[in-house]
Amino acid sequence: MNRRDVLGLGAAAVTATLLAPGLRLIELARARAPEEAATGRRRWGLLIDASKCGDCDACVTACRDENGWDGHGRPATDAQWIRKVTLTDRQTGHVQALPLMCQHCADPPCVDVCPTGASFRRADGIVLVDKHICIGCRYCMMACPYQARSFVHEDVTNQKHHAPRGKGTVESCTLCVHRVDAGGIPACVEACGKNGNKAMVFGDLKDGQSEIARRLARASSLQIRPDLNLNTGVRYRNV
Amino acid sequence: MTHIHYRQIEGRSLGYYALLALLGALVAAGLAAAWYMEHNGHWVTGMSNQIVWGTPHVFAVFLIVAASGALNAASVAAVFGRAPYKPLARLSGLLAIALLVGGLAVLVLDLGRPDRLIVAMTTYNFRSIFAWNIFLYTGFIALVVVYLWMMFERRLNAYSRPVGVFAFAWRLVLTTGTGSIFGFLIARQAYDAAVLAPLFIAMSLSFGGAIFILVLLAACRGTGRPLGDELLRRLKNLQGVFVLAVLYFVAVHHLTNLYLAERQGVERFLLLDGGVYTRTFWIGQILIGSVLPLLIFFTARAGARALIAFGCVLVLLGGLAQMYVFLIGGQAWPMPLFPGKEVSSGFGDGAIAAYSPSLPEVLLGAGGIGIALALVALALKALPFLPESLADTDDDPHHKTGAA
Repeated sequence: MNRRDVLGLGAAAVTATLLAPGLRLIELARARAPEEAATGRRRWGLLIDASKCGDCDACVTACRDENGWDGHGRPATDAQWIRKVTLTDRQTGHVQALPLMCQHCADPPCVDVCPTGASFRRADGIVLVDKHICIGCRYCMMACPYQARSFVHEDVTNQKHHAPRGKGTVESCTLCVHRVDAGGIPACVEACGKNGNKAMVFGDLKDGQSEIARRLARASSLQIRPDLNLNTGVRYRNV
Repeated sequence: MTHIHYRQIEGRSLGYYALLALLGALVAAGLAAAWYMEHNGHWVTGMSNQIVWGTPHVFAVFLIVAASGALNAASVAAVFGRAPYKPLARLSGLLAIALLVGGLAVLVLDLGRPDRLIVAMTTYNFRSIFAWNIFLYTGFIALVVVYLWMMFERRLNAYSRPVGVFAFAWRLVLTTGTGSIFGFLIARQAYDAAVLAPLFIAMSLSFGGAIFILVLLAACRGTGRPLGDELLRRLKNLQGVFVLAVLYFVAVHHLTNLYLAERQGVERFLLLDGGVYTRTFWIGQILIGSVLPLLIFFTARAGARALIAFGCVLVLLGGLAQMYVFLIGGQAWPMPLFPGKEVSSGFGDGAIAAYSPSLPEVLLGAGGIGIALALVALALKALPFLPESLADTDDDPHHKTGAA
């Protein structure tokens, strides 16, 4: 390495150091202030490429750690905010795997059926449960076509302050709303990018410049149970 | 027409107190079961994230459906002007309220957060059929209370007919609402059908009618009040028609599903190879709950009271079997996520969900029946719901000439 290269590298390092906080500022500027309401100008969504999704469960583990829905070793009653599903084509025998979670529908059946309005959809498309007014009737679980919701069947311990849970109420994927509101991305997407197969993209479906919107515009994708016309925020490719 | 004399039941016999003790024990067991489930969480029941509504719902929906049907006798008198049924109207209204209260108690005590009942009563989402039902149920109770008041208060008797007609219309809407809780579930192939609303109405007529006949027989026998054969003949024949009506709608529902290729899987599961659900359907719902009672109701003489009572018991057992197959079997069948593909996961996707009822669930459900019947037993002693006599000559002006 000659002196010119060393100088060049040094200059690059200085530039990066100077620019990084600026880039971070842009990210922060794009985040929503806590007092600012979620807006319908955005619609958060996910694009999942099933052809890239392998047999790892980085997304599931990351979600569990992030949101603290550790079970009691009882699969039938333990919560499951995100799960890996294996598909086998009945005709051809072709096998695929993909992660499945709340699909954050534009017309969510869970919100329609909830008697108290505890199930609700934010203006930016994230479907949530208000734990304070959920009475635990479980009608939303009957109505959800994706089996995306879990009932908290027993006492919960070690809750995360950003993901409150409660025995006797229903819960599901929040799209890591606490991260998204702070300008971040969901834990599953982050983990898939770091430790998985980079099969998941998160972003604003309404922002034509976002990566997710550009990818969706470029090639075909599908919703699960498109016949129900729920306009899901989670889209799949190569299923 | 002769005036009908109503009188409270004596309610001092050993039998009455034994009945109250038995019902009280049922209620206590139900409350204890609810406390146990609430304290530990629902994992101590047979319910899971796949079978989210279990045995308590079987009892609760059964009682709620039966409640509107128990109003039959009053409706036949008020809406269709049938004089022989008029003396039965008070008991009919009482039974309707009691069954609804029993069913709602089970429903509420099975909630994940029964302590938040006040939230359910004050915070509404009007797109939810559940929210509508809260109004339909409480409205029904209020309406029948007013109806009873009009019947009890002599100077208000004239208004009892219009109120009765309104209550009849309300009960039809109410049961439509109950059926639509399932009819509106787009994702589940065992439900999601408009025919569920009339099916539930037919079920209400049948289950409510059977409970009414049983309570009437027991009350008349227990208090030594006469009950005419002609009246019982009418009631049992009507009951037979109700059982037929349920069978008709059940057949329409299954035939419609069988016609759709996408639903042949769930139909095969329920009707052919679903194990306990298939057996419960054919043996419980069809044979015990429909065929045998039909034979009894259309062949037995009105004097064969034990046989008629037995037929009513069979209708109720068949009704519980029907609710079980419908509710649990319907949820056990997995939802179709990717048609044409086999789906599997660690969360029950693509698999028949396992369920077996737990003792607390059964006790809670039976507690609901206890609450309903205890209310009836206490009310019969407190107020004059039962006529002194239901002998044919007393209640049927058309029959009088022949009998005299």
